[in-house]
Amino acid sequence: MIRKVITGNVAVAEAVRVSGVQVVSAYPITPQTVIVERIAEMVERGELKAKYIRVESEHSALAAVYGAAAGGARAFTATSSHGLLYMYEMLWWIAYSRLPIVMAVVTRAIGPPWNIHSDHHDALTVRDSGWIIGFASSVQEVFDMTLQAFKIGEDPRVTLPVMVALEGFTLSHTAEPVDMPEEELVREWLPPREPLPFKIEPGKPFSVGNLGPDEVSMELRWLMWKAMERSRLVIRDVDLEYAKGFGLRSYGGLGEDFHAKNSDYIVVTMGAWSGDAKEAVEKLRDEGYNVGLLRVRFFRPFPWEELREISQSAKAFLAVDRAVSMGHRGILGLEVSSALEGKAPVKNVIAGIGGVDVGPEDFYSIIKAFIEEYEYGSIEGWSRPEWYMPWMEVGGK
Amino acid sequence: MLREFLILSRGGQGGVTASRILASAAVLEGLWAQAIPEFGAERRGAIVKSYLRVSNGPIARHSSVKKPEGVAVFSSRILELVDISKLAPEGAPVIVNASEKPKIPGREVYYVNATSIAVELGLVIAGWPLVNTAMSSAMAKVFRIASLESVVNALSEYFKGELLKANVEAARLAWNSVSG
Repeated sequence: MIRKVITGNVAVAEAVRVSGVQVVSAYPITPQTVIVERIAEMVERGELKAKYIRVESEHSALAAVYGAAAGGARAFTATSSHGLLYMYEMLWWIAYSRLPIVMAVVTRAIGPPWNIHSDHHDALTVRDSGWIIGFASSVQEVFDMTLQAFKIGEDPRVTLPVMVALEGFTLSHTAEPVDMPEEELVREWLPPREPLPFKIEPGKPFSVGNLGPDEVSMELRWLMWKAMERSRLVIRDVDLEYAKGFGLRSYGGLGEDFHAKNSDYIVVTMGAWSGDAKEAVEKLRDEGYNVGLLRVRFFRPFPWEELREISQSAKAFLAVDRAVSMGHRGILGLEVSSALEGKAPVKNVIAGIGGVDVGPEDFYSIIKAFIEEYEYGSIEGWSRPEWYMPWMEVGGK
Repeated sequence: MLREFLILSRGGQGGVTASRILASAAVLEGLWAQAIPEFGAERRGAIVKSYLRVSNGPIARHSSVKKPEGVAVFSSRILELVDISKLAPEGAPVIVNASEKPKIPGREVYYVNATSIAVELGLVIAGWPLVNTAMSSAMAKVFRIASLESVVNALSEYFKGELLKANVEAARLAWNSVSG
C-alpha cells in the first residue's frame, strides 16, 4: 500500500493508470483538464500503455471510446459541465450499446452565467440514459470508485458504462492522503477486459446499432433494465471484495449509512459536502437529537431498498440537494420521496447551487430547523423545496 | 483535533503548492491533512486563498476554512488590499513575506523574507519569485504543523534534481530566519 497526498484529478489518473486502460480519448475542460493532462503524460512516459486519441470535441471523444470499446478495449474518458452536455447523444449510444466505458465527470455548474464551480446539475442530466452513476465524497473514494467502476461495468451480469462524479475543486483540486494498493495486486484483481463475443474485429465485419423492429428496441431496453437491477448486487459485492482484498474500507455499497439505522430523523446527501453534513449530524447527536445520515453513493441504480429499510424506524427525511428540476423539487429530493412513497415525509432543501460554499455550520442550521419543524407538526406530507440562501435571508434559521 | 489555516497569495506565487507541501509534511508525520485551493477564473497576480487542514484522523468536511488559527500572507502588499480581521478570528497569528516586520494592530506578527530567499536561490519563474517553499517552512515552524525534516522530505514529492536542492535550501533558510 502506498499513501500519497494527491488531488481528486490525480487520483482519477492514478486509478486509470493501474487499471490498465487501453484507449483514452478526451477533450480538456476546467476543472477536469488535469485528469487528461496527467494521463497524456503517463502515456508519453510509457507508464500507461494506452492509445491516447486527441479529438476536436467531447462528442468526438465519446465517439472514439465508443469505437474502442466496441472493438473490445478497456476505454476511459473524462469531462465536465458543458463538455458532458455536448456528449449527450453519444452517452445514450454507449449505454444502449451496453459498452462498459468508464467516464469521470468533474461536476461543474452549467452556464450562464459562466461558472467553474460545482453543483450536481451536469452529472444528473445523465440520469435516465442507462449509465451507472456514482458520486465520490473524498479523494480516497475518487480513487477507489474509479477502479471499482471498471470491475462493476465490465461484469458480465452488468455490461453497462459507469460514470464517476467528483465535485469540481472541492475534490478535483483538493489534496488529501490516499492509500493506493500495489499495481500488481490491482492487475490481479482487475484482469484485462473480456469483451462479449460480438466485438468489432478486422476481417469480421458486423453492424452495431443497426435498424431493428420496434419489439427488438423494447426487448433490449428490458434486458438493459434487468442488467441495471443486477448491478445493485455487483456494486455491493465489489465494494466488499475491494475492501477485503486491499485492506481498505468498505463504503456500504449503494449508500453509506452514518447512524441512519434506528434514527428518527434521516438526512440524505450526495457528494463531498456529505462530510460537512456528517459533522453537523454528529454535533446534533451529541446534543441529544436522534438523527442520522444516508449518503447516496450511487444515484443509478438508486438505493431505494436502503432508504425503505431505514424508513421503518424513521419519522422524517431531509434531502439536501445540489440540483433542482425546474417545475418540481430538487432532483435528489424527488428521488428520495419517490423511493419512500409516502412511508415518511421528505423535506427538500436546495443549497450550494453554482458552487456556493456550504459548511458544517450551514448543515447544522438546516438540519436543526428540519427537526424542529417536524416536532411542531409543520412537516407532514408533500412540500415545496426550500431554498437555502443565508446571504439573502432566504431559508435556514 | 482539527487545525485550520489560511494562505493568501497571488496567482503565480505558489500558495496552492505551499498548502500541499504542508499537507504532505503532516501526513509524513502520521497525521491526516487536506489542502484546498479557492480558485476563481484564475489569472497571474490575482489574490488566491488556499486552505490547509491538519487532523489526527480523517477529515470529513470539504467546505472553506472560516476560522483559521493562523494566516500566511505571501506578499506584504496583500495586507493593503485585504482586511485580515474579516478572514481570521481575533488572536490568530499572521506570518508575512516581508523584508521588515509589518504592523497589524492587535495581532501577533511573524515575518520572513521569502522573496529574497527565492531570488538568492534562483527560484524565479517568469519574473515571479517562488516563495512557496520558504513560506511553508516558516508556517510549519511558527504554527507547529510539522518538523523541518518532514517539510524537507515532503519537498521531494514536488521537486526533483537541482530544483529540489534549491527548495530544500529555501526551507532551511526560512526555518532559521522567520522571526516574530
